Amino acid sequence: MTLIFNRREALALAVGAAGMVALGAPQAFAKNDADEAIKKFTGGKTPAEGKVNLDLPEIAENGNTVPMTVTVDSPMTEQSHVTDVLIVANENPRSGVATFHFSPASGVAEANTRIRLSATQDVIAVARMNDGSFYMASKQVKVTIGGCGG
Amino acid sequence: MAVKPRIKLDKKTAKKGDIVEVKALVSHVMETGQRRDAAGNTVPRKILNKFVCTVAGKQVFAADFETAISANPYIQFKFKAAESGPVVLTWTDDDGSTVVGEETITVS
Repeated sequence: MTLIFNRREALALAVGAAGMVALGAPQAFAKNDADEAIKKFTGGKTPAEGKVNLDLPEIAENGNTVPMTVTVDSPMTEQSHVTDVLIVANENPRSGVATFHFSPASGVAEANTRIRLSATQDVIAVARMNDGSFYMASKQVKVTIGGCGG
Repeated sequence: MAVKPRIKLDKKTAKKGDIVEVKALVSHVMETGQRRDAAGNTVPRKILNKFVCTVAGKQVFAADFETAISANPYIQFKFKAAESGPVVLTWTDDDGSTVVGEETITVS
């Protein structure tokens, strides 16, 4: 499936995207249970933006294998480290992608894997620190061919 | 399914405190449980749902995988060299079986 936009549609999309940013709540558009998964992970707390870096291609030609790297800015010492990182995708049939568990023995909070994305959507990473604070990052990936056998 | 994972450490010997990068790849279908076969029956879910890495018996990294992880799952992560010993990577399948791979790290 290839999407071709004319100028008007592209503009409308851009305006829509800008609107989403203005609302500041990409999760509000979630079609699956990504919202609930994040709430469950954070225990109802709202994660702050920052510290988390989610590296994904802007355009994924094949949704079956999309390389994803998540890095969390942390000294990874006993006093201050990342314990878990939850990754969700808000338009996949199921929201869950993976949860990574780190400890001071990890040295660096960084993990890379390859994920499936069924359609163009946001991938959201939420990191839990050992002091109970949460940080998040999200990134939109445009998917040309969906990766769920559809 | 006795598959042998491919594991690569970026260095086999490290100084204490060095960061060692691990890359690993396993052959696995990672069936999502959402596809249907030609007869219209749902293909049952079969994925590796858990991954744990221990170095000299101490857990350094773990991950829970969901159905959105690609077939032949690849994982790359890092750990801080603390002591010499086996680097054991274990994946757990939905059916309870495990895939285990091992490398050795020498810390000076």
